[in-house]
Amino acid sequence: MNPSAINQEKLEGWNRPPIVEPDGEAELLEVAMGPHHPSTHGVFRMDLALDGERVVRLKPVFGYLHRNHEKIAEGVSYLASMPYTDRLDYICSLTNNWAYALAVEKLVGQEVPERAEYIRVILAELTRIQNHASAIGFLIQEMGASGTPLMYAFKEREKILDLFEELTGSRMMCNYMRFGGCRVDVSAAWLDAARKVVLGLPAFIDEFENLLSSNEILMARCQGVGILRPDLAINAGVTGPMLRGSGVNYDIRKVDHYGIYDRFKFRVPLGDHGDIYDRYMVRILEMRESVTILDQALKEIPGGPIMDPKAKIRGFRPKPGEAYGRIEAPKGELGFYLISDGSPNPYRYRVRPPSLINLTVLEDMCLGSNVADVVLIFGSVDIVLGEVDR
Amino acid sequence: MKTVEEIKAAIEAAVPGAGVEIVLNSGPSAQHSLRLAPEHAVRVAQFLRDDAELALDFLSNVTGVDWPDKEITEKVKVTRTVTKTVDGVEQQVEETVDETRKRIEPGCLEAVYHLFSMSKKHGPVTLRMRTANRVDQVDLPSLTGIWRSAEFQEREVFDLYGVVFTGHPDLRRLLMWDGFKDHPMRRDYVEPDDFEYEPTAHDAVLARAAAHKGAQPGPEGTVAGQ
Amino acid sequence: MYLFLEDSLLGEGILKGMAETARNFAGSFVSAERLTTVQYPEEREAPAENARVFPFLVFDTADAEAGLRCVACQICEKECPPKCIYIEKSKDKKPDYVGKQQFYPTRFDIDISVCMSCQICVEVCPFEAIKMDTQFELATTDRFGGLLLDRKELSRSNEYYHQIHPTEAAEVDARLAEEKAKADAKAKATADAAAAKAAMPPPAAKAAATEEGAGD
Repeated sequence: MNPSAINQEKLEGWNRPPIVEPDGEAELLEVAMGPHHPSTHGVFRMDLALDGERVVRLKPVFGYLHRNHEKIAEGVSYLASMPYTDRLDYICSLTNNWAYALAVEKLVGQEVPERAEYIRVILAELTRIQNHASAIGFLIQEMGASGTPLMYAFKEREKILDLFEELTGSRMMCNYMRFGGCRVDVSAAWLDAARKVVLGLPAFIDEFENLLSSNEILMARCQGVGILRPDLAINAGVTGPMLRGSGVNYDIRKVDHYGIYDRFKFRVPLGDHGDIYDRYMVRILEMRESVTILDQALKEIPGGPIMDPKAKIRGFRPKPGEAYGRIEAPKGELGFYLISDGSPNPYRYRVRPPSLINLTVLEDMCLGSNVADVVLIFGSVDIVLGEVDR
Repeated sequence: MKTVEEIKAAIEAAVPGAGVEIVLNSGPSAQHSLRLAPEHAVRVAQFLRDDAELALDFLSNVTGVDWPDKEITEKVKVTRTVTKTVDGVEQQVEETVDETRKRIEPGCLEAVYHLFSMSKKHGPVTLRMRTANRVDQVDLPSLTGIWRSAEFQEREVFDLYGVVFTGHPDLRRLLMWDGFKDHPMRRDYVEPDDFEYEPTAHDAVLARAAAHKGAQPGPEGTVAGQ
Repeated sequence: MYLFLEDSLLGEGILKGMAETARNFAGSFVSAERLTTVQYPEEREAPAENARVFPFLVFDTADAEAGLRCVACQICEKECPPKCIYIEKSKDKKPDYVGKQQFYPTRFDIDISVCMSCQICVEVCPFEAIKMDTQFELATTDRFGGLLLDRKELSRSNEYYHQIHPTEAAEVDARLAEEKAKADAKAKATADAAAAKAAMPPPAAKAAATEEGAGD
């Protein structure tokens, strides 16, 4: 596919990427970066039109991991879609589970007991920490740090994944949330193990920052690179750390008041410039805020049931209607739109993938920069192909 | 935030003749939607984004929905002129008879937009647009000029459902490869029969796998499709 | 155009980072916490108690066929998301752990190349017959039948279940013992009522005798 052949001026007045003119008489070099490339975070292809080293046009191409999850969901029951949601953003399976459970609970008007809400918050914040740690680790690896910071992040991530395995049975494909609560209860032993892990997290984040934040190479390569203007971010539907790195204060935990996030005191870090360094710092600071939430939640968790006793596991038939439920997943706004026609299978099941929508502005951020910067900018968007392609 | 009726009133005040209908959501979530007529959709969308009170600057989600053709069976009273013998004389008499008729109500494709406001922190506002039918009149206006986040999502609806968004700057397939024919998310999509070995086949897959039984070189001792 | 930290030398950040790395490198010789690599397969970590990989069928006594808990109700087959279970029901019945006559599966296939270890089959089974195993080293060179486990390969004893998931197995055993005790008590109550009824004299002869006696 010839990226320079796409006519960008077709529609007047839309927020299109700027036209970058090549220097003089230069012939454009067309490179397909991917889908098999160590820096593309999965099977993802970028069709670049280059003037020397500078990017003139960039078109993302994906669909290599498309499994038509939305159609599978139309053929199975609501409960059976839950393990498939694990495989969307396969690094953060518990937040995917929660978003789907939230959407179904909105569809039927189901209440969730208090202990289950606390457990959901604890697991979601642990997921956020391990996602941000791994995202930063991969970003630094693309900068050339050959895996050392990545392995530091993974060392801590293993402790969190061990907690998930002890509770849900599986490190990554947890299949834990249910409509109306959680699948199994947390034991006192698990809560103690979780407290121990959370106690060690500030030291880990400090060590990580010590290793990275004042590193001159990181600063030189990330500051002022890949700038995203806030008005473009809002118009393009960008959410998550990318949006907050550009300075827009929109965190769904604070806006929608879903779950019991209102009970916890936490701040929302915002960036000033919208470059890669700001997104990296937003992720580090969000990890610190997640630790504060975890401290409060692990202290206050009450006793009680973890599942609404009236909730049905088998034979679940919601009344006809529709609902859109969304949460602040580590990558952005993860939403599920369900249309029910009264049968045990959903009529329409739609996943709103944050990674896909965040990619809308990839071209805008990369135009005019070098190929090496494209790799970093793409790493700072933090995508997972399971979510982009579904 | 305003209710659906208030938003409808505001739209009709700003864009006269806009043709907006309220679609009630029967479930407990109470997320009602507004159906827009495709001719005025772009101007309505511009009003929704630029209005000071609504300020719906964030398009979160674009979904495609397929409503297939429905076969409706109904009883109709039909009056016919029949030749009958009355008192030994042949006459033309009018007769009313109940007839059962089947007709096809044409389906359509629908695009559903979920809007929020980042500046006012409210939402969602749901908009819907329907095409005329599923066969040849499948175009809808693209809202990419108003909200850039529709760019990839409308491409996906085009790819998976076949809705052509007029005015979209780059309408190509997104998830399927460029040469692919057919639209996978439609309700009448038939998957290609290209599986090799299905040891635990159920229902429809079992029937198709049984048809493959003769052609497939299954391993010894097992029968492909059993 | 990058931001210099106040009063810092050029390269100080890099040196700070390298000091961190050196600390971890030297520390891995003396502190177990810093040596995080497990030399698999020579060293193996024990799996967590709740870990789940693929399902297996539980049988109670030493006999894998007579003691099989599964009654071929086919609920797991219906609820399995990728439909990897295939069950064929028997025509005759055999007694279960309470003594009641139940069907059993003549064929129970799970395709573990399709199974996604979601554990929904375990959740919906009303008879505690299918549980999750922890073995994952199941690779085979046979692409077409090697990953299709049949009933014999899937059956494991209750002792094995106790070995891999002790807490869970103890809870299941307690539940089943309770069910058996309830069924036994019910059976005993029915037997006692029947015995009491047989011991009573027939009421008609007694009434006739009283009438005759009264009429005299």
